Amino acid sequence: MPFLDYLPALLQGARVTVELTLYSTVLGALVAFGLGIGRHSRRAWLNVPCAVIVEIFRGTSLLVQLFWIYFALPVLGELVGLNLRLEPMVAGTLALALNIGAYGAEVVRGALQAVPTEQLEAAKALDFSGRQTLWRISLPQALPEMMPSFGNLAIQNLKDTALVSLISLGDLAFRAEQIRNFTQDSTTVYTMLLLMYFGMALVLSALMSLLGRRVGAWRNA
Amino acid sequence: MLFDMHWNTDTHWSFAVSILPILLRGMWVTLQAAAIGFVLAALLGLVLAGLKSVRYRIIAWPARVISEFLRDTPLLIQLFFLYYVLPDYGIVLPAFMTGALALGLQYSAYTSEVYRAGIEAIPKGQYEAARALDLSNLHTFRVIVLPQAIARIIPALGNYLVSIMKDVPLLSVVSVVEMLGVAKIIGDRTFNYLIPLSMVGGLYLLMTLIAASAIRLLDRKLPAQGIPLK
Repeated sequence: MPFLDYLPALLQGARVTVELTLYSTVLGALVAFGLGIGRHSRRAWLNVPCAVIVEIFRGTSLLVQLFWIYFALPVLGELVGLNLRLEPMVAGTLALALNIGAYGAEVVRGALQAVPTEQLEAAKALDFSGRQTLWRISLPQALPEMMPSFGNLAIQNLKDTALVSLISLGDLAFRAEQIRNFTQDSTTVYTMLLLMYFGMALVLSALMSLLGRRVGAWRNA
Repeated sequence: MLFDMHWNTDTHWSFAVSILPILLRGMWVTLQAAAIGFVLAALLGLVLAGLKSVRYRIIAWPARVISEFLRDTPLLIQLFFLYYVLPDYGIVLPAFMTGALALGLQYSAYTSEVYRAGIEAIPKGQYEAARALDLSNLHTFRVIVLPQAIARIIPALGNYLVSIMKDVPLLSVVSVVEMLGVAKIIGDRTFNYLIPLSMVGGLYLLMTLIAASAIRLLDRKLPAQGIPLK
């Protein structure tokens, strides 16, 4: 049974993939809320930089961003006299989080804008400050609306982690490539690989819809 | 040297100027791959959408599983699968075509949903009106459903064209020399990754901004009530 021989190495890689997905999704969510709330703001000094960052990360390819952070950033660091050589894990997490965060920012902004105007008028009538309105009126109502899109983005992020194998981080895709080079048994290795990613995606999808139900639970109360 | 074109590393500026034509050669490959991948995705998506909507579960169910599988597994792995596994079964495609096929397969799962959503968005009243006018099912689909659905489907497909464009750099791992691959080769040989990779980023931004505004224009130009197919 060749696939049993491959399993330990692949599981080792899967662990790295899970860790990477976890870190970059959590960091990506922070980026998404930061940029999304910034985009929602009416203050130009906050809105414009956030819009530019979102455009840059949504408008270029993830692999370009990953290579830029891993290969080009150290060169830029040398020019200004800083050591910006990042570990593959750090570079990978950063690129994935910024990329998925930029997509998430649009989701956050869209959901915040979809909060009915009457709610904001009521908050104003009750003399809520801008910050109070955001935290107590807008976000609690917008959050459940964001969850389905966040679920899709989390899956997207899991799939995107495979790219970090190209900066020699030992994730699932990287281990599989090593095994294939060694055994030339492409069919078994890649079939297992596809099934493992599919399985992880199904689990992640279930977890995200569970989270979505928790976040929206207050509406049924 | 690449594609018989030399670069000049005297200053940062002359380096950037000298590699621009080389990067543009790579961009041409990127655009070709994106175009072929998109056509494949649009066609395969149509097939998949058709199979998923068949009334017999024995056909619709596997189609749904395949669609879900294509959507939930990484493009990179699908690409490796096609590139390394197909030749074992006697199917040898050039790297470029393998890459375009991988793009088409992955995005067919997305485009199939675009077709479904476009058709499902037609109000029920339209079907009832068609029925009241005694139109056949096929006739209803051809002259009532399709013209209205197309106006919704085209801009949504356009967005996936942009996504496909951004995924083309993955093809460089199976030795397709597209724009990012070109920049990486230049970086490997000159040890200056900063300029070529930043230029690729800039060129990508240019491509996606142009594509996005073209789609917005198309979206505004398409009549909301649909496009008569006559």
